[in-house]
Amino acid sequence: MSTLQLKSLTKSFGDVSVIKGVDLDVAHGQFVVFVGPSGCGKSTLLRMIAGLETASTGEIKIDNVVVNDVSAAQRGCAMVFQSYALYPHMSVYDNMAFGLENAGMAKTVVREKVTGAATLLRLSELLDRKPTQLSGGQRQRVAIGRAIVREPKLFLFDEPLSNLDAELRVSMRAELRDLHARLGSTMIYVTHDQVEAMTLADKIVVLRAGKIEQIGTPKELYERPVNTFVAGFIGSPRMNFIPRSALQAMPALASQLSAATSQVGIRPEHLHVLAAGEVTGEQGVGLPLTIAQAEYMGATSLLQGTLADGTKIEVMQQHAVPVTRGDVVTLMMDATKLHSFDVNEQRIG
Amino acid sequence: MNRIFIFFTRTHGKGRMDWTDYLSYAYLAVGLFTMFAPIVWLVMSSFKTESAVAQFPPTFLPYSQQSVKVMGHDQPLPLYLTKTPDGERSMAQVMRLGIEATMVDPAKPDAAPIKVNINDRKPINELKFAVENYTEVFGKFSFGKYLFNSVFITVIATLLTLLVNSMAAFALSKYQFKGQKFVFGLIIATLMIPPTIILVPVFLVINSVGFLNSLWGVILPAIATPTGVFLLRQYMLTIPDELLEAARMDHASEWRIYWKIILPLAAPALAVLAIFSVMWRWNDFLLPLIVLSKSEFFTLQLALNSFQGELNTQWHYLLAMTVITLIPITLVFAFLQKYITTGIAGAGVK
Repeated sequence: MSTLQLKSLTKSFGDVSVIKGVDLDVAHGQFVVFVGPSGCGKSTLLRMIAGLETASTGEIKIDNVVVNDVSAAQRGCAMVFQSYALYPHMSVYDNMAFGLENAGMAKTVVREKVTGAATLLRLSELLDRKPTQLSGGQRQRVAIGRAIVREPKLFLFDEPLSNLDAELRVSMRAELRDLHARLGSTMIYVTHDQVEAMTLADKIVVLRAGKIEQIGTPKELYERPVNTFVAGFIGSPRMNFIPRSALQAMPALASQLSAATSQVGIRPEHLHVLAAGEVTGEQGVGLPLTIAQAEYMGATSLLQGTLADGTKIEVMQQHAVPVTRGDVVTLMMDATKLHSFDVNEQRIG
Repeated sequence: MNRIFIFFTRTHGKGRMDWTDYLSYAYLAVGLFTMFAPIVWLVMSSFKTESAVAQFPPTFLPYSQQSVKVMGHDQPLPLYLTKTPDGERSMAQVMRLGIEATMVDPAKPDAAPIKVNINDRKPINELKFAVENYTEVFGKFSFGKYLFNSVFITVIATLLTLLVNSMAAFALSKYQFKGQKFVFGLIIATLMIPPTIILVPVFLVINSVGFLNSLWGVILPAIATPTGVFLLRQYMLTIPDELLEAARMDHASEWRIYWKIILPLAAPALAVLAIFSVMWRWNDFLLPLIVLSKSEFFTLQLALNSFQGELNTQWHYLLAMTVITLIPITLVFAFLQKYITTGIAGAGVK
């Protein structure tokens, strides 16, 4: 069993407050992803859990034991760094064995564990190599291998895939998921890439400026974002926000909105456009949309345009629409998929 | 091989020698001569016999007078090209009195010796390397003892210098603590004080802790050097902190981090400091001079100095010892100089 609890955790560097009161519960075996724009404090939070940074106030509990004053080595966490941080002068084997040797394990036990981890990560052929002789993906696997040989209570990943190319990132993502399923240990993963967060996480923690904005499963975050920040951050292409005033042309829809609504959000895939003159049996009238850009992507097309009041809109169209730059089309929306937000950008309903 | 040839025959003018090329070669030749000529002269002279060293005019190559064993004389006799009434002949000199020398023909030792004016004979010289200068020097004047003292001081002081300076550099580059910049500034500031200024206080301290006439009295004052701390600190700043953090997550103690991570990664800078330290300690003269006054503790440099007698200096031995003294430093430099260039490039501005 390995659980993690954070209680009103704060961190400040001098006068600069980086983490402003974070509360979080992580159950055993969960894959938790911290996501947020750069500078939101997600890496600092991870380093505080690891013990590489001290907490200013608040509590960090691992397995219900407060570990604020426990050194990084004694916390039982293993961390995979963004730069991998492999020891450049040691072979792959020594890199993976270093932690075990430090813990005073017998040589035979060390050998057994390292070869076991190497087999798991398909590194057996590379054990004698130096890190400089490895490709990016292989280094990544060594860094993960170094973490798993120690059988830690908690795995911490600090943007581990950001140095890999797009293709490798997708396959490493799958490997990480697979690894989590096999080991069943608690993992905490930091990324600024919401796609990584969505695909990997059991539970996503969205951070902004040192505060948690929302915690939930990928589905919850996508379907019920608590505010415009989360709504805009999760999902690609990002959600459209339309001020209430722009919806007056659609009285049927406008009347459904609660009085406090100041703007609505709708995801690009819940919008579609009608070319000029095209008539369907749909209820209500649409909004006129001036097309600025039309990107054909095969299965879908991405249309970018502006409403009469200048609001930028992106539409993910399932079927190709013959539009070009400058065309004015009718924008239709699925009223059941609307998200309403109040003046404080908080979700209504 | 061909490429090396092309590299060394490159010219500023395309294919032809430009005047700048002549100027460069002239400059290089002057530099080569001024730096190399004294060493070559020293090595050549160290192979000369005692008399050849004192000879005037001096010769570049080690010539010495031929001698021959003549029956009826215990010692070999020196050979001269002598003007005799029957023409020039090579004859051995039996004895010399004022300007008159008594010569004998080595082929006919029983014939009557002839007397000639010393201006009428010229010594017959042959090229001869007096290797005995080197072989004898080992047996004489406890040369082995001096060599041991020098090697002991150099090796131990260099090891301690590396250890102490790298620990200081580790702390100054990788730990955040109050006054860190101040301490570093203080260490660097000591570079402004010439060692000769603090010679007397250093002597007093060494004296009061009882290290006078002990090799440790030379080793210990010299091991902490601001240059070394600076060099290593600058290099260690380039080692990423994430490696240390990874090691900390790996249960490594701070000593293990220093020993297993920092030291191996700082190897190029350590090599540079090692070379410097070897040169400093091996060539050091002033500190040993004041600390070591008994001849049994002399280093090679001190021994060389003490051979310059007030009345009589045995130059041929002195020169041979000087050459031997130069050899280790030359070897160290020849084999490790690539570390100096890569190390300084790596440890310098970044």
